[in-house]
Amino acid sequence: MKLSLEERSMLAGEQGKATQKAMQILAALGTIYGAARMIPVASVQIAGVSYDNLGEAGLDWLSEMADGGGKSRVLATLNPAGMDIENWQALGIPADFAAQQIRVIEAFARMGVTTTCTCTPYLSGNLPHFGEHLAWAESSAVCFANSVIGARTNREGGPSALAAALTGRTPAYGLHLDENRRPGVTVEVQGRGDRGVRGTWFFGALGKAIGIKLEALETKPVPYIRGIEAASLEELKAFCASIATYGGAALFHIPGITPEAAQYAPPAETILVTQADLDAALASMNDASPEEVDFVSLGCPHLSIAEIARIAELLAGKTIAKEFWITTSRPVKHIADRMGYTAIIEASGAKFAVDTCCVVAPIRGRFHALATDSGKACYYAYAKNKLKTRLLPFDDVVREAVSSEQ
Amino acid sequence: MSSNQSSVSRDQLSAEGQRSAVSGQPSTANRQHFTGRTICPGLASGEALITSMGISFFGGVDAETGMIVEKGHELEGQCVAGKVLVFPTGKGSTVGSYTLYRLSRAGKSPAAIINSECETITAVGCIISEIPCIDQIPIQQLSSGMKLIVDGEQGTVEIVKADV
Repeated sequence: MKLSLEERSMLAGEQGKATQKAMQILAALGTIYGAARMIPVASVQIAGVSYDNLGEAGLDWLSEMADGGGKSRVLATLNPAGMDIENWQALGIPADFAAQQIRVIEAFARMGVTTTCTCTPYLSGNLPHFGEHLAWAESSAVCFANSVIGARTNREGGPSALAAALTGRTPAYGLHLDENRRPGVTVEVQGRGDRGVRGTWFFGALGKAIGIKLEALETKPVPYIRGIEAASLEELKAFCASIATYGGAALFHIPGITPEAAQYAPPAETILVTQADLDAALASMNDASPEEVDFVSLGCPHLSIAEIARIAELLAGKTIAKEFWITTSRPVKHIADRMGYTAIIEASGAKFAVDTCCVVAPIRGRFHALATDSGKACYYAYAKNKLKTRLLPFDDVVREAVSSEQ
Repeated sequence: MSSNQSSVSRDQLSAEGQRSAVSGQPSTANRQHFTGRTICPGLASGEALITSMGISFFGGVDAETGMIVEKGHELEGQCVAGKVLVFPTGKGSTVGSYTLYRLSRAGKSPAAIINSECETITAVGCIISEIPCIDQIPIQQLSSGMKLIVDGEQGTVEIVKADV
């Protein structure tokens, strides 16, 4: 792998211990994946922020990098934390957890990382444009950046994303290269959804139905998806999260929707996604009865302002009967405050859980079953927290939280 | 990128046996060594602990004790601490990089790691923990109990003592 003078200086330790470690990580990954060189990145999204996932070792390492003088050279933003940084008490987060979580955030802040704490950086000040090279972690955001925006990033882990931030570079392999962005399989979506109801939940189910078929293919081809004529920002956000969770997909093309699709003809190898596949995906995420649901959450990935406006509309004058978390980023929450949505939502008893979400917060053992519109949330509800789930249309999730007497 | 092997036999190596483990000395024709790729620099020596199965550090290795705890793993119940851990490739959650770091903090990390093909989790874990690591080594030619010198700078593995 060919390194520039500047990169060799970093590797030699001439720019501090943390920068050296960062360049060692990138050089090793470049070696493993056969990168010819490093490329500059326009921005970074760092995962491994929740103390629930990092643990003491992860915190130690971040502290070591901050102590070692690490400073971000490009815009770098953070994934959700394990709690609302400003309002963790209201969510029942233990004080010792909160203290460690705050140390994690402080370590990132010392390195000049923007402590946004959201899985939707593209809604919160980190919006790349077509063709830009990035080093993003957070599988849903990676999929969104590659597919919906047409920027270029591999699926980074926490340390490799931080390494990219501290050096401003990433090794040029994988999805940075044209040849790896070509579609390898056509996915023909024939199912229309449950009684024609689309929305985020349908795209969550569709992401799972396609994802499990992709996962079964050995070659892990980029899918070229036909049969989706329209999709909103929110639907694409939900779809990216789900297809990344269930299929490991970091890039897809949808003609008429995503920007690179027009460059390609549909690949000959074809997978069908039928109504039966969609029904099976929906059924697999609906193993809880309405009575069992004791936890309701919207905002996986983090909610847009349009989604919060809709929740306020549905909750106006109502009282909720179940623990209901509304998860979003701090900037979007500020808009909700200004618009009066926050006041309406909180008057119902629902709680904003800003900076965090039901996937990364330490909630194990607190609940039995989750109602959500998110395919990704269903996966982690079970895998991390052993919760049963109900996957419902967005409006129905809100209704699930409202007491039945109303 | 290719692996070289001297033509010396195992018997000759055993006979030579008593070489002191001083590092950085030029190899002689009578020592068996392999050249692979540097993943993480550094120099270490130790007894080989080898498996033909992948290793998942997260969940598969106890971060406090260094014991391999994955059910059904052929090294289940063995301790990686101080060993030159030899396995084909890593698997499992990316959090496994931090497990290597925790092992290192607890003084229970392997002295070095040798892979057939290294992947992100092991590579990142070795770098943040400063564990010498090389890959593209024909690991089927190594066996548990051999005394190995791993030179992460040169990307070489040397068998110092082969009688096991």
